[in-house]
Amino acid sequence: MPPPDDLILSGLGKTYGAQSVLADVSLTVAAGSYVVLLGPSGSGKTTLLSILGGFTAPTTGTVRLGPRDITAMPPAQRPTATVFQDYALFPHLTIAQNVGFGLSVRHRPKTEIAARVEAALAMVDLAGYGPRRISATSGGQRQRIALARALVTEPAILLLDEPLGALDLNLRRQMQAELRRLQQAEGRSFIHVTHDQEEAMALADQIVIMNRGRIEDLGPPEQVYTRPRTRFSAGFMGESTLLPARFADGAAETAIGRLPAADLGGCSIAIRPESLRLAAQPGDIPLGRAQITARSFQGSHATLTLRLGDTPLALRAPPGASPDPGTEHLIFLAPDGAVPLTD
Amino acid sequence: MVGFIYLPVVTLVLFSLHDGRVPVPPFRGPTLEWYARILGNAKVIQATGISLLVAATSAALSVALATLAAWGLARHRLPGKPLIEALIMAPLAVSTLVIGLGLSVTWSGLIGKSPLFVIMGHVALNLPLAFAIIYVQLDAAQARLEAAARDLGASEVQVFFRVTLPSLRVSLIAAAALCFTFSWDEFIVAFFLSGFDPTLPVVIWGLLRTGLDPQTNAAGTLVFLVSILAVVWVEALILRRRDAPPR
Amino acid sequence: MARGLALAAPALIWTAAFFVVPVAAILWLSLFQDGEGPGLATFQRMMATGFVWTALWNSVWLTAVVTVCALLLAYPLAAAIAFRVPERWQRLVLMLIVLPFWTSYVVRSYAWLLVLAPNGVVNAAFMGLGLIEAPLKLSFTTAATVMGFVHFFTMLATLTIYASLVQINPRLMMAARDLGAGSLQVFVRVVLPLSMPGVAAAVFLIVVVTMGDYITPQILGGNNDLVLPQTIMMQILRRNDQEMAAVLSVLLMVVVAIAYLALARRMRAVPT
Repeated sequence: MPPPDDLILSGLGKTYGAQSVLADVSLTVAAGSYVVLLGPSGSGKTTLLSILGGFTAPTTGTVRLGPRDITAMPPAQRPTATVFQDYALFPHLTIAQNVGFGLSVRHRPKTEIAARVEAALAMVDLAGYGPRRISATSGGQRQRIALARALVTEPAILLLDEPLGALDLNLRRQMQAELRRLQQAEGRSFIHVTHDQEEAMALADQIVIMNRGRIEDLGPPEQVYTRPRTRFSAGFMGESTLLPARFADGAAETAIGRLPAADLGGCSIAIRPESLRLAAQPGDIPLGRAQITARSFQGSHATLTLRLGDTPLALRAPPGASPDPGTEHLIFLAPDGAVPLTD
Repeated sequence: MVGFIYLPVVTLVLFSLHDGRVPVPPFRGPTLEWYARILGNAKVIQATGISLLVAATSAALSVALATLAAWGLARHRLPGKPLIEALIMAPLAVSTLVIGLGLSVTWSGLIGKSPLFVIMGHVALNLPLAFAIIYVQLDAAQARLEAAARDLGASEVQVFFRVTLPSLRVSLIAAAALCFTFSWDEFIVAFFLSGFDPTLPVVIWGLLRTGLDPQTNAAGTLVFLVSILAVVWVEALILRRRDAPPR
Repeated sequence: MARGLALAAPALIWTAAFFVVPVAAILWLSLFQDGEGPGLATFQRMMATGFVWTALWNSVWLTAVVTVCALLLAYPLAAAIAFRVPERWQRLVLMLIVLPFWTSYVVRSYAWLLVLAPNGVVNAAFMGLGLIEAPLKLSFTTAATVMGFVHFFTMLATLTIYASLVQINPRLMMAARDLGAGSLQVFVRVVLPLSMPGVAAAVFLIVVVTMGDYITPQILGGNNDLVLPQTIMMQILRRNDQEMAAVLSVLLMVVVAIAYLALARRMRAVPT
C-alpha cells in the first residue's frame, strides 16, 4: 500500500431545505487510525459517513485525502469502501461473487479475483464458503462477508455504518475484537458509526461524539471518558451527575461543597459514580454524610443512589461491601473527580 | 411513449363527437348526435342493463365465494393446501376461449344460453383474481388481531364479522371493482354463453361488423366512462380510508 | 379441519363445475370424431392438415414478436417511473398509464382500427406531413395485430417490471457504486438480474394471453396469418366441428402449459 494519507474534513455542513443536519464539522482522521463516530440517532453521524462515502454531497465544506480534494468524487472512484448497516449483499450472487464484485467491475483477471477473494474470506474466517448462496448464511456470517467484500478492494478508508447493530451481545463482542484486528493488520483507517458507547471505547483510537449535527467532544477513549468537555458528552459516555458550579480561584463552588476544578469557561461540573467512595483514600475530599436511597446490583459492582443534602448522587461500590438503603454513610470524592465542563 | 399509449383512446373519444358519417380525420364537430342515437338504440340499452346485472352479480358472487375460501384456507389446517390453492388459481392459466367453449359444450343443455349462464362463467373466471387479492390480506398481522378478539371472548362468527370483514373492507372493494370491470368488459365467454340477451361487448361486436361508425365510438366511449367511474370510485374509497384517522 | 374445508367448498365446487368440468369436457371431446371414439382420430386429422401448423407457427411467432417489443418498450418506462419519478407521483403516473386500458377489449381493438384506417389518424398525419403520397395499408394486417397487442402488453409489463424494480433494496445499488461499478455495470449486474421475476411474470402473462386471444387478431388482422384461436373459432362458427375445435384447444393448452413450466421458477422473487 502506498504511504497512507490523513483524511481531513473541513467545515462540513449539510442542510435539507431549512433543516440543518450537519454543521461545521472539522476533523482530521490520522492515517491508519480507528475513529468512532458516536452519538444518538439524529446526531448526523450517518449523514457524515454518507458524505465521506460519496453518496451525499455536502452543502458546505471539503473532504481531503492528503493533498487530494475528494469532496465531489463519486463513490466508484473514491478510495473508500462502505459496510452498510443491512450489509447490502447481492442476493442473486454467491458469496464469492459478492466478495469479488469490486474486483470484477474493475475487470481484474479471473485468476487474480479468485485468489484475492479466497484470501479475503480466509481473513474473516470464512475460508471455503465461496460457492455458497447468500440466503444460506447467518447474520454474523453476512457481516463478515460484507467486511470481506469491502476490504478486498483495498480501500484507504473503510466506512462502517452501525455494522454490529443486528448481532447479539456475544457475537458483537467477538466481532469487535475481529474489527480491531483487521484494522491493525493492514493499517487502514476505519471510520465506524455507532450509538453504543461501550463499543466505541472498545474499538477507537479516537472517539468523536456528535450531537445534533455538531461535534461535541473528541479524543482518545480514556480522555473522553474521564475528562468530557461538555454536559452532553459527560452524560452520553457513561453515567455522571451534573452539578451547576461557579468557578473562582481554581475551585468550583457547588451545592455539595468547594471542589478543586479549573475554570474552562463553563458553569457546571460532572462527577462520575466511580469517583465517589465509601472509604476514604489518600487525597480524597470528604463530602459529609449522605443518605442511601437505593441500591442496585450490577454484577461487577453495585450502584448506590444517595442524597447529600438536597443533591442526588450516584456512587459505584464494590458488589460486596454495600450499605443498605435507609442508612447514612460518609462519602468521599477522588481528588480529580470534579470534572469541569465547557458549558 | 405516452402518445402511443393514449392514441387509440383519444381517437375513440374524439371521434365519438365527430360531425360526419365516418369517424376519421379531419375532425368536424363536436356533436352529440351519435350519443343520442346510441342511447336511443333499444338493443344497446338493453345490453347495457344486462351487462350491469351480470357484472354486479358475478362480482358479488366471486367476492363472496373467494372470501369464504380464503378464510377457510388461511385460518385452518387443511391437507393438500398448495393443491387447493393451485386449483382455485388454475382458470388464470387457461385461455378464456377454451373455457367459453368448454362451458358451452357442457352446460348449455342444462342451463341454456342466458345472462345467468354468463354470470356463472364470469364467476369461474373471476374467482382466482378475487381469491388472490383477499388471501394476501389474511396474513400473520391480521391473524394476531383475530387472536386478540378471541382472547377477549369473541366467538368464531363474531371474530369473522366484527374483526376480519371490516379489516378486509378495502380488499373486498378492490376485488369487487376488479371483478366488475372484468365482467363488464369481457367478450369471449359472453359471446359463447349469451344467447338472445347479449351483454354490451357482444352487441358492440355486432356493431363492428358494419364497419367504422361514430355510433360505435359513442358506445365505446360510454363503456370506457363506466369502467373509469368504477375505478375512480374505488380509488376514492381507498384514499379516503387511508387519510382517515386510525381507529 | 372440517370447517376449513366447508368454507373453501363453495369456491372449489364452483371451480370444479364451471372450470374443471368444461376443460375436461374439451379434453374428452377431442378424443371423438363424428361422435365415434374415444380415439385419436381427430388428432390425426389435425396433424395431417396444413393450416393447423401454420396457425400454430403464426401464434408462436406473433407471441414472440409481441413479447420482445413490449419488453423493449416497457422496461425503460418502468425503470423511469421507479427511479426517476418522485415517489409520491409514482402511483398517479401508473394509474395514468393504466387508464386508457379501462376500455372494453373489443372497443380498444376497434379504436386501433380507427387509428390505422386508410383515412385514419396515422395515415392522415403522415400524408399531412408529406411523408407518404397514398395511404398505407395499416389496418387489417398482421402488423396491426402486433400493434394492438404490444399496446396492451406494454402497459401490463410496465406494471410487473415496476413492481419488481421498486422492491430492490436501494442499498444494493449504492453498494455496487461504492465498490467501483459504473452506472451501466450497476444496471446490468444488479438491477437487471433482480428485476427478472417481474420480467418473467410479464412474459408469462403475454404468452398466455396472446396465445389464447381471439379478438385482437380477428378485428385487426384481416384474414392474414390466422392464429390458433381464430382457427378454433372457425371450426365452431363455420364448420360446426366441435371435435376439431376441442383438439385445437388441447393443442393451445399444451403450448401454454409448456410456457408456464418454463417460466414458473423464474417468477419467484429473491428477497433483497
